Amino acid sequence: MTDTAIDKIAQRTPARVARKVRGLSDRAIAWLFVGPTIFLLLAINIFPLIWTIYLSFTNFRANRPNREVEWVGLRNYERILTDSDIWLNMQATAHFLFWTIFFQVLIGFALAYLINKKFRGNDLWTTIIVLPMMLSPAVVGNFWTFLYQPQIGLFNYIVAFFIGADPSSFEMIGSVTLAPWAIVIVDTWMWTPFVMLICLAGLRSIPDYIYEAAEIDRASKWRQFWTITVPMVLPFLMLAVLFRGIENFKMFDLVVQLTGGGPGSITELASINLKREAFEKWRTGYSSAYAIILFVTVFGLASIYVKALNKVKER
Amino acid sequence: MSAYSVNEPSGRQKWIAGTLVIAYALITMVPLVWIVATGFKSPADAISYPPKVLFEPTLEGYVNLFTTRTRQTEDYLAANPPQTWYEEIVRQYDMVIVGPSRYGERFLNSIIIGFGSTFLSIFLGVLAAYAFSRFRIPLKDDLLFFILSTRMMPPIAVAIPIFLMYRQLGLSDTHLGMILLYTAVNISLAVWLLKGFIDEIPREYEEAALIDGYTRFQAFYKVVLPQATTGIVATAIFCLIFSWNEYAFAVLLTSGTAQTAPPFIPTIIGVGGQDWPAVAAGATLFLLPVMIFTVALRKHLLRGITFGAVRK
Repeated sequence: MTDTAIDKIAQRTPARVARKVRGLSDRAIAWLFVGPTIFLLLAINIFPLIWTIYLSFTNFRANRPNREVEWVGLRNYERILTDSDIWLNMQATAHFLFWTIFFQVLIGFALAYLINKKFRGNDLWTTIIVLPMMLSPAVVGNFWTFLYQPQIGLFNYIVAFFIGADPSSFEMIGSVTLAPWAIVIVDTWMWTPFVMLICLAGLRSIPDYIYEAAEIDRASKWRQFWTITVPMVLPFLMLAVLFRGIENFKMFDLVVQLTGGGPGSITELASINLKREAFEKWRTGYSSAYAIILFVTVFGLASIYVKALNKVKER
Repeated sequence: MSAYSVNEPSGRQKWIAGTLVIAYALITMVPLVWIVATGFKSPADAISYPPKVLFEPTLEGYVNLFTTRTRQTEDYLAANPPQTWYEEIVRQYDMVIVGPSRYGERFLNSIIIGFGSTFLSIFLGVLAAYAFSRFRIPLKDDLLFFILSTRMMPPIAVAIPIFLMYRQLGLSDTHLGMILLYTAVNISLAVWLLKGFIDEIPREYEEAALIDGYTRFQAFYKVVLPQATTGIVATAIFCLIFSWNEYAFAVLLTSGTAQTAPPFIPTIIGVGGQDWPAVAAGATLFLLPVMIFTVALRKHLLRGITFGAVRK
């Protein structure tokens, strides 16, 4: 659509009226409105990003600002991509990312679907379900270490009660096999409501008349679900997944408080590893390169994803 | 089939859906209830086995949260009888209160930075979202994606240059610095969510207003903004949650003056490890304002999120 209705109307009305209709030039308003946002992002995101790119080619160390900075070319990148430990961190990140999104989409959509049945008091219960994601991940992560304690922790006590084991027989955080699941459980508990809310918005955006038309065509409920509900909610669901995906790829606060990356480095997600390199070992140049690699990865994956999202929306 | 809508769920469906949702809600509440309960436990009750559901409530956790204490000799304690109820609580452990803790300041910092950045994000976000929704902007999709892409940067990755930059500008460890930083992070969410909400407001409303003699700006202010209120409120809540809870930047870029509560609460320690009742008390108080805010705006939050539905 090249001309909006308002342009067409303006063209057909006398000049005096047309001026009034159009008011201040749209282009001027557009830049006035978008400008401040772009400026802020350039100053606080893009400028530091460019700085990070520069640092990634040097051996700069932030704890020794007076030392002469050497240009090392691509050496930092080379070292990262050939480091097998980094691939272990990537594996931990992928495990975390996949399972949290899997559970959150599954439970979040199911909850939204049920809430959309409009039973009495559904808005009250929705509000209650939303509460976990209000709490600071760092504070929650810290408190979950208390819930996960083998002897005194409530989580272990309840799980042990249901499976009939001894509550001190397993350690969620201390064990190599369970720790990756410990962080998935807490993240799912926290962020399922986010997916749920966005799905709910999608479900409620479907007008009744579409179902009414399907009913007239004698489409079964099952068929209506797959041909109306799912496709109509899909763009919303995909947006929710996009945000959760990006957030969890950068995951730092919750997991650093929960496990600190341990035991060993089994739950050391990319961001935690990065923090260690940048702020504990102070390898600023090296960690800048690491940051750029992570950023390019997310950026690449997300741009492919957004293209797919736009396709789904256009359908 | 009911007369008014084929899509109205039956009573049985509603009952099943309600039961399942309530069951989930109750399970999901357990950790939160446990935080609140632990805040009112004595240290001994907090770490008892099996975990205590029934216990004698005490304000020990809250007293420990707000005070710093030292152990004193018996002679000193005998010579200085406790003056207040909170002194008395501390005396059980042969301790005296020597001053306030830093929790109050950290909490206030969280309020200033959280609300400041939320206001700024929404102000900038609404303007940008409106422009993106209604005007032909060159490279619109690229700009929108650029805005989103700023959210993909791991906070740690930009923390070092931001720290160096802030030190030059005198913004490091200041409220203004943190507000600007959180706004920059929030703006992508604000623009994207708000654009979605504004997209769903029929253009016809504004066009009618423009024909009635409104200028573009008046139409935005008097027609679109009121229509978008629910969306704005919902977005504001999400922005507030983010700034209120942010940890990575706070822990890396603030050390004293502007440090918020999240990096502070996990550092509350007592004798032999974390003082769980005090940590839980701190978490409870920290969660409370957001909870009240959310519950008070419950209708708006839901309607905001469900804005896609035009009809009632």
